[in-house]
Amino acid sequence: MYDTTRTETAVSQQDIKISASNVQVFYGDKQAIKDVNVGILDKTVTAFIGPSGCGKSTFLRCINRMNDTIDSARIQGEIRLDGQDIYDRRVDPVQLRARVGMVFQKPNPFPKSIYDNVAYGPRIHGLARNKADLDGIVEAALRGAALWNEVKDRLAEPGTGLSGGQQQRLCIARAVATSPEVLLMDEPCSALDPIATSQVEELIDQLRERYSVVIVTHSMQQAARVSQKTAFFHLGNLVEYGDTDDIFTRPQDSRTEAYISGRIG
Amino acid sequence: MTDLPNQRSKPAPTWSSDEFKGRLARRHRKEAGLKFLGLAAIMLAFLMLGILLWTLISGGAQAFRQTHVTLDVPVSAEMVDAADPAGGNYRGVIAEAMQATFPEAPQERMRALSGIVSNAAQFVLRDRIVEDPSLIGQTIQIRVPVSDVYDQLKKGNVDELSDESTRRLSDADIAAFRQLEAEGRITLPFNWALFTQADSRFPELAGLKGAIIGSAYALLVCFLISFPLGIGAAIYLEEFAPKTRFSDIIEVNINNLAAVPSVVFGLLGLAVFLNWFGMQRSAPFVGGLVLALMTLPTIIIATRAALKAVPPSIREAALGVGASKQQVVFGHVLPLAMPGILTGTIIGLAQALGETAPLLLIGMNAFVTSAPSTPFDASTALPTQIFIWADSPERGFVARTSAAILVLLGFLVLMNALAIYLRSKFERRW
Repeated sequence: MYDTTRTETAVSQQDIKISASNVQVFYGDKQAIKDVNVGILDKTVTAFIGPSGCGKSTFLRCINRMNDTIDSARIQGEIRLDGQDIYDRRVDPVQLRARVGMVFQKPNPFPKSIYDNVAYGPRIHGLARNKADLDGIVEAALRGAALWNEVKDRLAEPGTGLSGGQQQRLCIARAVATSPEVLLMDEPCSALDPIATSQVEELIDQLRERYSVVIVTHSMQQAARVSQKTAFFHLGNLVEYGDTDDIFTRPQDSRTEAYISGRIG
Repeated sequence: MTDLPNQRSKPAPTWSSDEFKGRLARRHRKEAGLKFLGLAAIMLAFLMLGILLWTLISGGAQAFRQTHVTLDVPVSAEMVDAADPAGGNYRGVIAEAMQATFPEAPQERMRALSGIVSNAAQFVLRDRIVEDPSLIGQTIQIRVPVSDVYDQLKKGNVDELSDESTRRLSDADIAAFRQLEAEGRITLPFNWALFTQADSRFPELAGLKGAIIGSAYALLVCFLISFPLGIGAAIYLEEFAPKTRFSDIIEVNINNLAAVPSVVFGLLGLAVFLNWFGMQRSAPFVGGLVLALMTLPTIIIATRAALKAVPPSIREAALGVGASKQQVVFGHVLPLAMPGILTGTIIGLAQALGETAPLLLIGMNAFVTSAPSTPFDASTALPTQIFIWADSPERGFVARTSAAILVLLGFLVLMNALAIYLRSKFERRW
């Protein structure tokens, strides 16, 4: 139902995966996002940067409708995934989240085995016809998350027994196991040490070949390292959006410049 | 960082000044005082617990043993008809046995001497003969409980030096008992009757079987109703119900229900289950229903707390891969909340096990001499049995009351141990 309904804009701009127009988000009376317009490209890593409380995570969570779980959250405007408005009443958030995977700030594997962690998504969505099929999906996902070689001999052990960096890669494997089109990452490295961080960053670079990756990060170095596009948020506004190189070397807006040179944040 | 001007003019604090040392010493004294108070409170609590247990054990220990007398009983064919062994005159047989035991006692003493043996002796004998009628015509040996006053004499609760008219046993009675003792007929074995018999008017025969089974049935009914209902209500309120004024009102009411005195639930049970629905009075089933009403708020509150304590990251993880709300709750949140839920449930049930007032109101303090075979038969429960025995004047019931309390405490300890075990078994780290 999604693939057949590509709109004119999507056809004219082939590689825009997600387009947001006039998105506003409110928590109760407080406005967290003010009129954000952005087009996120397919097979590209897009970084959201900005000081704490600027709304970058809020906006990220709008893309897979995780904000639906917050009672006080309200969203206006529209976000289109392949031209389809994801806030349309006909769109089921459960199905949407299978297409738009998410990796969270703190590694949060289920207290189950490594295998079951990865197999969970395919199981609930009925993606595997039999055990061998499922085994294949799990292996592919773990390979995709660069974790296979480390855990292939202990798939039955609990996922919570892995190290922090391994847990986060397990969460990435869990997210890619449902073959999503978009992967959202909310500060995926903030709880990891530098070595684990570099492993995850390397992985993100590989994931770009197959997915549209959106990553929220507090580290500007990380944004510069992994992303091709960068969006700078400030006080709920999308201040500047463009090629990462341009944002970091030739910022157009004075607020962007102030932030990347460390004067606000 | 720029210094504030008034900070610059103030002298720097000297950590070695007397003023500072004095303040530090005061702080340490305060801490030591607090520690002492806490320790004293714990010691006091332990002391009280110790006194309670000591009273119960010293008072109840005697009830765990029962004096028995071994008699040679001539089962004559005149007294017991072989064609109808159940209808024999066993009272007479026992009297003959006493006559044989005290051959030189005058006839007018016989009635008093027969009083040594418990009233139950004839039934013990009857059961033996009915089981094996070939014993008729022989002299058999049976061991039967002695009646309560002699049991007390054996356990040293009768002051033999006091004036004869002030005690229930005459000097002759005591002499007769001592004679039996000298013949080696008196024994003091473990009182199995306490667990194998139901209530009785005679303390030497009274047991807790009816109360234990009644309590077990009531708790089972209570669990079967309150556990699924409580968990269901808690899941709905915590996970699905929209946060509105209405759900706030429900929440406040549930919290208030947990604080309602239990006797009120008993009145409710009396009015609704007995008078309106016309259910069986004194039945453990009704008791279980009333206890379920009482336990429900406890389980709901414990379950909600346990659900709340599940880290949001697990919910997000499941939602993030596209699990539905129901899959998140039943696949992830509930299993993680299970230790807390089970602990809360068992504590609620333990509370229900010890609850007396609501059971009194629905008539579970009736005098019932047989254990219930279904939850719909009249029965007592452990706490109401304690209530009944505590009200009884016979000396033997005093010790049995303490013993029954010990049995009840034993069950409570067991249930709490089960709660701890389940908690550690289901506890999972994340």
